[in-house]
Amino acid sequence: MKSIQVSTTINGDPVEFLCTPDEPLLDVLRNRLGLTGAKEGCGTGDCGACSVTVNGRLVCSCLVLGVEAEGAQIETIEGMAQGETLHPLQRHFIEKAALQCGVCTPGILVAAKSLLEKNASPTDEEVRYWLAGNLCRCTGYDKIIEAVQSAAAEMRGEV
Amino acid sequence: MRYMTAETAEAASTALAAEPGLARVLAGGTDLLVQLKAGMIQPDLVVDIKKIPGIREITPEAGGWRIGAAVANAELKEHAQVKADWPGVVEGANLIGSTQVQGRCTMAGNLCNGSPAADAVPGLVAADASVTIVGPSGTRVAKVADIPAGPGRTTLAKGEIVTAIHLPARAPRSADAYLRFIPRTEMDIAVASAAVSLTLSEDGTVTHARVALGAVAPKVVLADASTIIGTKLDDAALAALAKAAESVCNPIDDKRGTIEFRTSTAGVLARRAALIAYNRAKGVK
Ligand SMILES: Cc1cc2nc3c(=O)[nH]c(=O)nc-3n(C[C@H](O)[C@H](O)[C@H](O)COP(=O)(O)OP(=O)(O)OC[C@H]3O[C@@H](n4cnc5c(N)ncnc54)[C@H](O)[C@@H]3O)c2cc1C
Ligand code: FES
Ligand code: FES
Repeated sequence: MKSIQVSTTINGDPVEFLCTPDEPLLDVLRNRLGLTGAKEGCGTGDCGACSVTVNGRLVCSCLVLGVEAEGAQIETIEGMAQGETLHPLQRHFIEKAALQCGVCTPGILVAAKSLLEKNASPTDEEVRYWLAGNLCRCTGYDKIIEAVQSAAAEMRGEV
Repeated sequence: MRYMTAETAEAASTALAAEPGLARVLAGGTDLLVQLKAGMIQPDLVVDIKKIPGIREITPEAGGWRIGAAVANAELKEHAQVKADWPGVVEGANLIGSTQVQGRCTMAGNLCNGSPAADAVPGLVAADASVTIVGPSGTRVAKVADIPAGPGRTTLAKGEIVTAIHLPARAPRSADAYLRFIPRTEMDIAVASAAVSLTLSEDGTVTHARVALGAVAPKVVLADASTIIGTKLDDAALAALAKAAESVCNPIDDKRGTIEFRTSTAGVLARRAALIAYNRAKGVK
């Protein structure tokens, strides 16, 4: 299969890569660009471990073709911390122990950030529905919801 | 596999029609990429339609709405006016997948994929929506109800693409609703579903109704809605509607639902969706 040259922006940086037309964006990020934060749990849109945003929309990068990244703005988990300073969601996930093996964590953080950008004070039910496409086999979800809510409270300036 | 982005609907259609091998449209890719990954299909050409001007826009049209074929369902959900006119269409579209899937999936892709359980389709059929189709022999308009041909099949000819979905103008005191039954609360395929669209007179009598059922036949089916026209949805009318719904079911029997279960569930969902649509049409929240 003939490779195609793609120019895109990832976490604010211009990036060029070559990929085959059938290659998922997830494989491009992980295998060609060394951005291994997004994980492949299923490759078919069910688990959310590969979550990124494309032009501000939360998507599964396993269900986007690499070639579709042409001219797009992509944000991944690697762009979440500012240097050594963690994003409040990242800090609260650590403080609340909202992860065990951590495979689901990058996807959940990217998805939760996208929720809080749209809705700064979601109810627990809204958080659960928003994250319904992010599967976690370890935590039982309660700590994830608590961590999202305490990060949201901090981001609203309440603590 | 080759990949191209089409600049116009005509260019997309020409390329799809000219491909001697297997050619596929790419909209949100939430069906197509899963099928690629599973090795179910090996297309020679994939034509991305998302760059076609206007195909990602929602515009008012003849009192109703034109929904571009590549509008993602998450974008549809954020459109307050379409939601106010067609709450049932929007709720059906928004049941598809997760937040991540919503960010990509389209109603037109849901329709063209041809699943009998497609969640956006019963609402569109109950709405009597149509589609604009651009193909090698020009542009035509068809009813959404006439697109599905059976599991995984549509009536679209080679090279034809859907460019827009048209939702008609709404009469006063009209509303719709969609319900599906799934074994979980999220992320599952409908075992049975029902969409109901109603218009009421000033005294609350149903003057117009369409009832469409999903997942209970090889393709979406209409139930006889005359059972509730002229009524105020009293118990007898609702019972007659449920019976009318059951009588058009011709479902499969599988581990997710037996024939009996799918049939009776379709009846229950039709009556419940009718009540929701009725209350919405009366302005009851
Ligand atoms: C995790 C997950 C959960 C899901 N849950 C549901 C669910 O609950 N309910 C449900 O109904 N579906 C569900 N789906 C299936 C899928 O998301 C929907 O069918 C979706 O609406 C498809 O839209 P799309 O734009 O992504 O289609 P695509 O994958 O881009 O296309 C689907 C098919 O239609 C063709 N096509 C697309 N657009 C056009 C067009 N404009 N003209 C002609 N042909 C076209 C394509 O060639 C392809 O064959 C789910 C999928 C995933 C991955
Ligand atoms: S790897 Fe993309 S959703 Fe599971
Ligand atoms: S922490 Fe292991 S899957 Fe979530």
